[in-house]
Amino acid sequence: MSHKTVVNIGPFHPLQEEAEFFQLYVDGETVVDMDVRISYNHRGIEKLDESKTFDQVPFVVERVCGICSASHPLAYIQAVEDIAHVDMPERALYLRTIVNELERIHSHMLWVGLAGHFLGYNTVFMWAWKYREPVMDVLEVATGSRVTYANCKIGGVRRDMTDEQLRTIDRSCAELVGPLEMLTNAVLDDPVLHARLKNVGILTPADVKAYGALGPTARGSGVPIDVRRDEPYAAYDRVDWKVITAPGGDVFGKAVVRLLECFEAVKITRQCCDYLLKNPGGEIDAKVEAIPPGEGVGRVEAPRGETFHYVRSDGSNRPTRHKVRAPSFNNVPTFKASCIGLQIPDVAITLASVDPCYSCTERMCTIVDAETHKPMYNFAELVRLSQQKTERMKKEW
Amino acid sequence: MSEVAVTTTQADVPLTGFVGQVLERLGDSVLEVQKCVQLRGIARIEPARTVEVAEKMLAMPGCRLATATGIEVRDGIDVLYHWIIERSAAGEAAVADQPAGVVITLKVLAARPELALDSIANAVPAANWIEREMHDLLGANFRNHPDMRRLILDDSWPEGVHPLRKDFDQVADRPPLPPNQSPPDVESTNCTKENNKGQVRGTLPTGGRDKK
Amino acid sequence: MALKMWALRKSLWVYHVNTGACNNCDIEVLELLTPRYDIERFGMMLVGSPRHADVLAVTGVCTRQAMPRLQEVYMQTAKPCVVLAVGACACGQGIFTEAYHMGPTVDEAIKAVDPNAIIMYVPGCSPKPEAMIDATVKAMELLKTL
Repeated sequence: MSHKTVVNIGPFHPLQEEAEFFQLYVDGETVVDMDVRISYNHRGIEKLDESKTFDQVPFVVERVCGICSASHPLAYIQAVEDIAHVDMPERALYLRTIVNELERIHSHMLWVGLAGHFLGYNTVFMWAWKYREPVMDVLEVATGSRVTYANCKIGGVRRDMTDEQLRTIDRSCAELVGPLEMLTNAVLDDPVLHARLKNVGILTPADVKAYGALGPTARGSGVPIDVRRDEPYAAYDRVDWKVITAPGGDVFGKAVVRLLECFEAVKITRQCCDYLLKNPGGEIDAKVEAIPPGEGVGRVEAPRGETFHYVRSDGSNRPTRHKVRAPSFNNVPTFKASCIGLQIPDVAITLASVDPCYSCTERMCTIVDAETHKPMYNFAELVRLSQQKTERMKKEW
Repeated sequence: MSEVAVTTTQADVPLTGFVGQVLERLGDSVLEVQKCVQLRGIARIEPARTVEVAEKMLAMPGCRLATATGIEVRDGIDVLYHWIIERSAAGEAAVADQPAGVVITLKVLAARPELALDSIANAVPAANWIEREMHDLLGANFRNHPDMRRLILDDSWPEGVHPLRKDFDQVADRPPLPPNQSPPDVESTNCTKENNKGQVRGTLPTGGRDKK
Repeated sequence: MALKMWALRKSLWVYHVNTGACNNCDIEVLELLTPRYDIERFGMMLVGSPRHADVLAVTGVCTRQAMPRLQEVYMQTAKPCVVLAVGACACGQGIFTEAYHMGPTVDEAIKAVDPNAIIMYVPGCSPKPEAMIDATVKAMELLKTL
């Protein structure tokens, strides 16, 4: 029997902004098994929602996760609308789509930046975040806040957008295409990135089905799951766009999917702005009197995958049960399939490749020796190892 | 026998369209169909046959487990498995009139007092975490689960207290907080030195034991 | 002590602790590093270990699971240090006050291990990066008076 070592990563480490605890069981440099402990971010939102009224819940679920703060409320609202059978005004659907797509652009660019940092490409980190700023500005213009939008309500949206705001959004999106192309080409043409990311952390389509992986994690494996197309909500069936997939299932595929999806998101947003400018005025919400007893399901394609909300109502003004399932809850367990057999320096980027979101999943990492239980590496050192590997490869090229 | 079971339920909710076909394929494990419309199906299935049904569902093309919801009801805990059938992943073999984005909710009752069900995590890996979560939050027990350790609640949370039960008050019934870490000597840096003792970076694993 | 304080007030190093935040405040803390806000012009930088840090930027509600770890991180931080409670959650648990998995508030958890802790509050959900820069500059001013 060879000597197995436990590598603990977390719970607090400098790069993944959130607390989670991974234990990697390593044999030499190779990972043979792994384990995740979450709970650091568990707040008890599902129980909290049972004490709020239907109209208050969106503000709570908005804070399930800050990066999906448009998707979670929308999924909840769609679940409630599934119970109450609300006919939505056209304009509200387009307004919802705009905020959701802007969120997708900012989330994907955030990921590209962090992934660049994990690999030691700090220029990518700085550039991606620099070009992400205009998106945040636009969101602030449109909703009043950079990160928590409070945009949707049951039956429609809370605020209309003026023509001037729509033109600002349209212009900023148009200006984003250049930087996005630059970033995409920088990633796709770099031989070192190819060597670092191709055939690393492979998730097969069979694993995708078994673990129920979602979003870019699934689409990077060539599995075209996208709620926006499969069960169109908001205005996704009224605009022209396509589902992006990449073959291979490796980290590279997931990066490609995310980058190309930004272009699609720009396209969708601009079409929505165009429609709203041509069709000014109109209602932005439908009147909802009471929520009848029943159960409803709401699904939204968040930046990380399908967000699933289940709401049960007993006819009172509060939900009797509200289940929140964020995409990371299904994506995080896929580490067991994708990380085993990897070298330790590749683990950091593979863990990052699903863009895990622990406040969503609800849920720490250092490397510990199995016999003495002493910490050996922390996540910063893992990232350092990862960056050194890139350096080595750069020299080889 | 299976014909009888299906026809009695048809009296309440007719099995129509694609959702009806899927529920019909589950045969007599379906006890009652509660909803069968274009994109949504809700049915109650026999608790003893949970795993068999889960295997059948996963074998369908394009079908995946979205998640499961646990709800405390009068007779026990209702476990709702939400299955999603995607047209896209089905390929050419897909039924011509199959709508995309079908959500089928299969309800299973874990009856009191055992509150136990067979775990489907061995057949469907996606159910692993969600069953652990339901065990933590609701106290449902899953037989033959591969890894039933605590997932969601913190290390100091007492066993047998389940926050999503209806009789748990989220403010009044909170268990006592975990103990504070031992306070350090504030002015000095002793505490830091103390903690540094335990830290071995990149040394041989036997280093610590040799000292003893 | 005087020498230590002299050295301290020139460049604050920040360690970021998430104790159960929704990620909004965390993105905004990371945002401080990036070209538009560029907090390094004040001599500040985010570091990877609390032992290197002068400022703890704490975000989140302090859940039961995070509480002992937060206290441990605080004890490992070189003293003197300033705690920045970033966001409505860290200031007073905000919207989550009634939820069952809450620990004490961030300031209570830290005062339990160090009654003399310096805690600064940055309110907002989430605070804008400008507010966080303002807070760190105020922290620098405060350290000069110690």
